[in-house]
This record gives sequence, C-alpha cells and structure tokens, in this order.
Amino acid sequence: MVKVIICVIAYLVLAPFVGGILAGLDRKISARMQGRVGPPILQPFYDVLKLTEKENITVNRVQDFYVMCFFIFVLVTGGLFFAGENLLLVMFTLTLASVFLIIAAFSSNSPYSEVGAERELLQMLAYEPMVLITCVGFYMFTGSFQVGQIMLSTQMPLPYLIGLFIGFVFILTIKFRKSPFDLSMSHHAHQELVAGLKTEFSGKTLALVEAAHWYENVFLLGMVFLFFVNGQWWGYVIGAVVCLGTYFLEILIDNSFARMKWQVAINSAWIVALVLGTVNLFMLLFI
Amino acid sequence: MSYITKSPWVIHYDGSSCNGCDIEVLACLMPMYDVERFGVINTGNPKHADVFLVTGSINEQNKNVVKQIYEQMPEPKVVVAIGICACNGGIFKECYNILGGVDTVIPVDAYVPGCAARPEAIIDAVVAGLGILEQKRAAMLEAPKAAPAVEEPAAEEAEEAEEAAAEAEEAPVEEAAEEAAEEGKEEA
Amino acid sequence: MSTIIFLIGFPFIVALALLVLKTDTARDIIVKVASIVIIAASILLVVQNFKSGGEYFSVKYAETIGTVMMVVEVCLALMVVILGFKYKRYGAPLFAVIQTPLMIWFELTKGHHINVSNQMYIDRLSMIMVLIIGIVGSLITVYAIGYMKDFQHHQKEGVPDRRPWFFFLMFLFLSAMFGLVMSNNLIWMYFFWEITSLCSFFLIGFNGLFHKKENEDTIATRNAFRALVMNLAGGLGFVIGIILLGTYYETLELSTMITIGAMGYSVVAPAAFLAFAGITKAAQMPFNSWLLGAMVAPTPTSALLHSSTMVKAGVFIIIKLAPVLGWNFAGLMVMMVGGITFLMASFCAISQTNAKKVLAYSTVANLGLIVACGGVGSAEAVWAGIMLIIFHAVTKSLLFLCVGTAEHQIGSRDIEDMDGLFERLPKLAAFMLIGIAGMFLAPFGMLISKWATMVAFVDSSNILLVVIICFGSAATAFYWTKWMGKLSATMAGQENIQKNVHGEETFVHTVLSALTVIVCLGFPFISSSMVVPYLEDGFGSVETLALSANNMIIDCIMVAVLVLLFAFFFGRTNKKIVPLYMAGYNMGDDLTFMNAMKGETPVSLRNWYMESYFGETKMNVIGVACTAVCIVAALGVIVGQILGGGM
Repeated sequence: MVKVIICVIAYLVLAPFVGGILAGLDRKISARMQGRVGPPILQPFYDVLKLTEKENITVNRVQDFYVMCFFIFVLVTGGLFFAGENLLLVMFTLTLASVFLIIAAFSSNSPYSEVGAERELLQMLAYEPMVLITCVGFYMFTGSFQVGQIMLSTQMPLPYLIGLFIGFVFILTIKFRKSPFDLSMSHHAHQELVAGLKTEFSGKTLALVEAAHWYENVFLLGMVFLFFVNGQWWGYVIGAVVCLGTYFLEILIDNSFARMKWQVAINSAWIVALVLGTVNLFMLLFI
Repeated sequence: MSYITKSPWVIHYDGSSCNGCDIEVLACLMPMYDVERFGVINTGNPKHADVFLVTGSINEQNKNVVKQIYEQMPEPKVVVAIGICACNGGIFKECYNILGGVDTVIPVDAYVPGCAARPEAIIDAVVAGLGILEQKRAAMLEAPKAAPAVEEPAAEEAEEAEEAAAEAEEAPVEEAAEEAAEEGKEEA
Repeated sequence: MSTIIFLIGFPFIVALALLVLKTDTARDIIVKVASIVIIAASILLVVQNFKSGGEYFSVKYAETIGTVMMVVEVCLALMVVILGFKYKRYGAPLFAVIQTPLMIWFELTKGHHINVSNQMYIDRLSMIMVLIIGIVGSLITVYAIGYMKDFQHHQKEGVPDRRPWFFFLMFLFLSAMFGLVMSNNLIWMYFFWEITSLCSFFLIGFNGLFHKKENEDTIATRNAFRALVMNLAGGLGFVIGIILLGTYYETLELSTMITIGAMGYSVVAPAAFLAFAGITKAAQMPFNSWLLGAMVAPTPTSALLHSSTMVKAGVFIIIKLAPVLGWNFAGLMVMMVGGITFLMASFCAISQTNAKKVLAYSTVANLGLIVACGGVGSAEAVWAGIMLIIFHAVTKSLLFLCVGTAEHQIGSRDIEDMDGLFERLPKLAAFMLIGIAGMFLAPFGMLISKWATMVAFVDSSNILLVVIICFGSAATAFYWTKWMGKLSATMAGQENIQKNVHGEETFVHTVLSALTVIVCLGFPFISSSMVVPYLEDGFGSVETLALSANNMIIDCIMVAVLVLLFAFFFGRTNKKIVPLYMAGYNMGDDLTFMNAMKGETPVSLRNWYMESYFGETKMNVIGVACTAVCIVAALGVIVGQILGGGM
C-alpha cells in the first residue's frame, strides 16, 4: 500500500518534469535534425510558465471547466496506471479525459476548434482498437489486467507480444501528436489550421493542456516500458532504453513526414490493429 | 524576472505588403537565424501570441482585421511594425486606399524600418519588444492593486496607463531598432 | 404469488379503463396513479422475495387458464389474418396460419399429456426485469401523458383523438411483459410473447392502421407489418422450440429444460430455436430493420420498445438460456449473430444524422452485445449481460424521451439541428448529456458492463469477439462524442424555450437522469445482492468476476467525483469572456464573419458522418449477410441432426 502511494505521488510530482524535459529534448533534437541550434532544453517549462502569466480570458463559461476535467482525468489515468490498477480501467479513463478535451473544443463553437475536435475524435477512432487489443494481449500473457501483477511477470512479454508492441508504437505516433498523424493539433504552426483543437484555449487553460500532454506522454512511455518487465534489473534497463529509443523514433518520424490525410491515419491504424493485433492474440491463444 | 521574455510567441500578419518583409520574417525562423533559440514560436493564432508582427501598410480592407487580432491577443502583448510600409505607409502612403502605418489603428511598440527589413533588425526589434513586454507584465500586476474598488473602469485605467508607458518607451526602441538596422547595413 | 397476479392483472385492468374513459383529466389521473401503484407493486414483489431469492408456483385452474389463452391466441391469429388481407400484406397471415394451428395441434395432442407442475416463478433475474419494466415502463407512460397532448396538438384538424387506444396498448404491453418474465410454462410464455408482438404491431402502426384511408399504404402500416412478420417468424421459432422440447424431453418448463442442460444432456435443438425467437425479438441482424422502422411511432413507443420492454424480452430469453449455450451450435449462432450485429450497428450509427436512428442503431448494437454475452454462456458473460440490460434500460429510455421532447420543441430530430441546445433548452440538454455519458463514458454503467463483457470474451478464448468489441467500442465513442459536442456548443443569441416543456416530461427526465447516476453508484450492491446470487443458482459457484471489488470502488469514486465536479465548478468562471477567432473579422456575434469581399458570411458547423466508410446500406448488407449465414448454418446443422435421428 505504501509502495503504491509512493508510486502515485512520484508520478504526480515527477511526470511533469520528465515530460517537460522530454518535450525540450524533442524540440532540441528536431532543431538539430533541421540544421538549427534550437531552444534551451528547459524551453517547454518557460512556455508553460509564461502562459500562466498571461491575461485570463476565455470564450465561454464552460470551456475551462472541461479543460480542467481533462487535466484531472489525465492525472487520474496516469495515477491509476502507476498505482498498478486495472489496465482497461486506465484506458477507459484516458478515453474519458480525451472526451473532455474534445467537448471543450466543441463547446467554443469556433470553426477551427471544431475541425480540430472532429479530427481528434477521428484519431480516437483510429487508435482505440489497438490500445484495447494491447491491453487484452497483456491479460492473455500474464493472466491479469492489473498493472501491478503484470509488473511481477518473470518472463519478458515482448517476444510474445511483438506484434502488439509494433502496433502500439505505430499508434503512439497518433497519441504523441506527431506527423504524419498530428491531425488535430500540432506543435508546428506551419501545418495547422490556426491551432486546431486548441485554437480557443489561451493562457492558463493552454498551460493546463500542455502540462496534461506531458503527463500523458510519461504514462504512454510507461505502457512501452511494460513490454520489457521481467523482474530483473536488466529488464528495467532495457525497458528504459527502449522507451527513450521509441521517443527518438517518433521524433525522427515527425521530422521526416508531412501531415497525411485523415483517411491514411484511420486506414493504416485499423489495418495494423486488425493484422498485427488479431494475429498476435490468436498466437497467444496457442502459446 | 518573469518568464514572458523567455518564450515570446509571435503571430505574423501581412497587411498589404509586397511580401518582401514577410520573407525576411520567415527567414528569421529558418536555420540561418533560428530565433527559436530564444523561444520564439510562430503561432498563427492571436490567442496564443505575445508579439504581433505586422508587415505592410493598413488599408480599408484590413484595418478591422488588424484591430481584431490585436484585441484578441491576451495581455501583455507588444506590436512590432516591420518594414517601412508598416511604419508609416512607405511608398504606398499616398494611395487612395491606404490609411498609413500600423499605428493608425493599434498602438505600436517597436518600428523596424527598411525595404525590406533585415532579419537582424527584426530580431533586434523583437528583443527590444521583450523589454516592453516585461514592463507591461509588471504594469498588469500593479493594476489591480492600484484600484481594486470598481472593476471595469479600473481595467480601463490600467490599459491607459499601460499605453502611456508603452508610448514613453517607443522612442528609444525605435532608435535602437534603427541603429541596429543601420549596423546591419554597414555590416552588409 | 398474489403480487405476481396483481402485476399482470392490474395493468390490464388499467388498460381497459383507459380505453373506456376518454377525458384528458381522467386519463391523467389514472395513468399517474396506476404508475405509482405499478412501481410500488414491483418494489413490493422484490422486497417480498429478496431474502428467499424467489420460488416456483403452481397456479390453480391452470387448465382453464391454458384453454383461455388458446382461445385468445386463435382470436389474435384470426385478427392478424383479417388485417393482413385488408392491407394486402400476406406475410404475417402466412406465419399466423402456420404457427397457431401447429401450436394448438401440439397442445391438444402431445402437450396435453405433459405434466407442468410450476407455471409461474420468480427468481432474481425476473426481479430485475420486473423492476425495469415496472419503474422504467411506468415512467414512460407518465411521460406519454404530456407528449401525447403535444402530439394531438400537432395533428391536422379532424383527426380523431386515438389516445385511449394508445394508452390501452401501452398498459397491455406492461401487463404482457410482466407475464413473460415470470412464466415458467413455455406455452404461457409464448402466449405473452405473441401479445407483445401484436402490441408492438399496433403501436408501430399507430399513425397508419385504422387511421388513414382504408387500405392506404403508409410508412407506418408498412413498418408495422414488417415488425409483425419478423416477430411472427420468431414466434414460429418459439413454437418449434416448444414442440421439440415437448417431444424429445417430455417437459414444457423452462426451469426443467435448463436443469436437463446443466446435467449434461444436450438441449441444443430447442435452445437454438428459442434463441432464434429471442434474436428476432431483440432486433438482431438480419432482423434489425423492424426496430428501425419502429421509429415512425410516437416517441414513447420507441422508448418503451427499445429500453424496457419488447427487445428486452428477446435478450431476457437468451440470458435465461445462457447456461445451455456456450461452445455448441446454438451458442455459436447466438454469439456470432450478437457480435456481428454489435459491430455493424455501431458502424451504422456513425453515418446517421437522425437522432432517433442513432439511438435505434445504438440499441441494436447494445442488444447485440447482450446476446453475445448470452451466447458465450459463462457466468462472467451473463453477469455482464444482465448489467448491460439494467443500465441500457435506464439510459436508453432517458435518451429517447429527451429526443422526443427536443423534437416537439425545436421541430426536428436531426442532430445537426441541435446546435447549441445548451442555450435553448439547458435542462433538456443536460439530461441528454447525462444519458449520452451514461451510454459510453468511463465511470458510467454501460462502459462498466462493456468492460466486463470484454473480459468475459477473453476468458472464453473467443478472440474474434474480443476484436469485434475493441473496434465496436471505438465506433461507439465516436458517434456519441460528436453528438455530445453538438449539444454542448455554446452559441450566442439563442432564445431559451425550456419553459415550453411539459412538467411531466421534465419530471420523468429528472427521475431517469437521477436513476442513471444512482444505478452507477449502486451497481456493486446490485451485483452482490441480485446478480451474483442468481449466477450462483444457475452456474454453481461464481469464482471470478470480471471486475474486482477494488475496481468497482474506484469506479464509484469516479462517478462521485464527476458529479461533484459538475455540481461545484460547472459554468463558473471569473475570466473575461472574449469573442472567437475566425481568421478574419468576427462581426462580434461569434456567428458571422466578414469575408474577403466585405460581405458577411454566417458560420455553420457540421459533424462528420463518414458515409464512404460507414454507409448505412453497406453495413446493413454485410451484417445481414453474415448473420443470415450464421443462423442458416447453425439451424441447418441442428435440423439435420434431428432428421437424421441424432437427437
């Protein structure tokens, strides 16, 4: 119990720092890939802190409430995950959080927000099957949906869940909001309709969205880590290294692709889920 | 020090520019000058922006748009007029549809002359704008303390005070920017 | 025992009274009082049997009652034949002419010698059903008072007031449903089954039958007959199931059948035909079109058919049969039909703009899930299935009633016309949002059940169903969220017309919304006191449940947190409210902007429907083809076995 509380508190306190620094590394590495010097590593923190210093404005009386709920439930998602709770519950909470973000964008009734919201919704449609199938894969392999139980596994899940791993990394491109699938909101202004989903968020509200994104990223990397646990220290090391490797891979993909049409996102994500996910699940049935 | 100077997000609006200055603005973001070193991001959305970069002069068609973009930027905010057209209308000044420089519709904090304005000068102007941003931030924090009684008039007063402060700042910045521009020319 | 008889008899008497008394005041009072009495009686029944967990009853004068039922059946069959000829639709008379004589022949010969010791029963599943029918059904009738006033008001001059007939059918329906969920004698159940079929026929045809010019082919008539044909086809399946059961197993009791199955003897053949009847009634593909056609009827009808009655009768029998389904042909048929229906109907719902159609497809999809749970037949799956029944009944009735009110207030049932409903009908929009959230979001009931369903499918090693549910729930989230978005959009300059809504309607909305939340908070209790004991009776010990107690607690906490968040923070802000960004000149009202030609362009936002991906026709064709193949294959194999003497 004490361990669980420590884990959750550690997540709530450390995740923004880790997430922020990862975001800073992202910008630095992206800049280097483009032959630029790039901003300081701490730049994302400056950005968020600056946003909190801006004037308090909003477009209606409910939008900020929805964003606050989004933030809270992203924290709950990660908290449940690091508390070793049920993976499906974690994923459903993440869906709840995403729905709040989408509703926040819809509530403004702004054309650009709405385009972003619809696209975010489409992204959800694209990645959700793969995420759920991954959870089922963990269950079939370890016999439990509880993250705590999965962590106790003495065998590294990766070789048995390799199809799911590839599929999950594929949809991470959508979840990390990276090109070619950064349809709903991008960190790059040049390929965005105004600012997509976050057009009408400003100041502290936008800061919350950014911070939630850091929390979410750390949680998603936690999912990647889960593929490598085997109860040994070197399993953890490999896991951590692969997490960083995955993050680097996503940055590389981000910089080598332009945004693609939404049809590509949904077609490819569903085909990946259908082929890799289903085949892997059937294989697990016979192992 | 507030974080506002460490992360100036800009929005770039093309009034009736010939695109010369726009290309120079974008050049600042390119690897050659890479203003992202200073945390500058080009946002494209006034609600996220701190610095408003305007190129080209103001005409009847765009005056409301420029005014609205300015209004939609959350405080604190600065406006940088880039290129001689944005400063005072430039060679188009006498045209039937041209109203003049950006300052005919919104208060401008820094002027960058030149045709087209040089990237170094633009960067200098933005950096100079950051100082003003910092002061406006300070004024914003002061404002509620100064007159806490009635809300709305107080806000207006604060705005007026800010504008006054901004105007006071304009001259030196302008000079600084011009100097920078000249230096740039000399170097070239 | 007396409570059971009262629950069946009282709504019937009320129905007759409503048919006779034609004044508005009398109807208002009778419906309201009757609803209270029915709700009280349902609760009383549960309280009486809560400790014992139910019992079986043998009814006095069973012979006489059986004969009366037979006579009524013959009359109903004659009525179907006459109506069929009158409206020149011969499918329904054909089925009536086949099944009724078949049934009577069986009852008079073979069936006459089979001893039925317990005609009626009550167990925990019936109690749950009684509560659903009693509470949700009665609330729908109360709602109908206000709704039908508006309905009559919207009718053209000179159209006769046929509300007595409408309320008669509604209460008759409730009476038949109570009978259905408490009959142990399958012949009795069949009788109630046929009554619900006919009631739904008349309710769907409310705007057409006996109404327009004689023999006129209206949509209402057409859809009513389609529903009747499909349900009679299911009725035929029911008859064949009874005959098989009587001939080969010498019993007509549902409980005996399940006991025989549990002892290890195969009762696949009758189970398959009874399940087939359930599939037609639960509007599974390939029979889903009748439920979609049912939307021509006044909204309370849709709410009644979709949420608490009719379709729930179909899934009820399948859940009841679950212990004898599983990995056999009957079980495979049921789970595949359910699974495919869930997936295809969820996809269909994405491409619909008509709110009632979205609800209809969502109903079909959720019933598919319940049917699949029944087909899997494990204790876990049945747990999930029963939970789905409960949550779906409450939430879906709320949504239907909300859409019905919205339709009368804004004159459209199109989701695209619900722009900014939060400004126009704030209360109604809030109720609708609660309903939608209840249908698919995390801490609420439907999602919990879906979660349990998923675990049950994995545990039964049914990978295909697991994949289906993964894709299906993504689609579900898509169509509900975009609807929520439409509702929650804040639009300036809208007139608030909430005051035009009838008091009864708002009352029912409030109660159902509260129920949605309360059921979510109370579901660990429902599970431990009702569902788990039921499963223990049917399946022996229930070792593992999909959701641990821990999960349930977390879930309840989340519901509470959400409620509190909304109660304390919703709509409160001290920030300055500014206009929208429109990439040009926002004219200041957030609804128009200045275009490049200095003209004003109004902003109009529309949702995605992805017709090219999820077109209704395409999905229906695929779904109907796949499910038809499943049914024909499974029933074919079973008939082959019977004819080959393999029984």
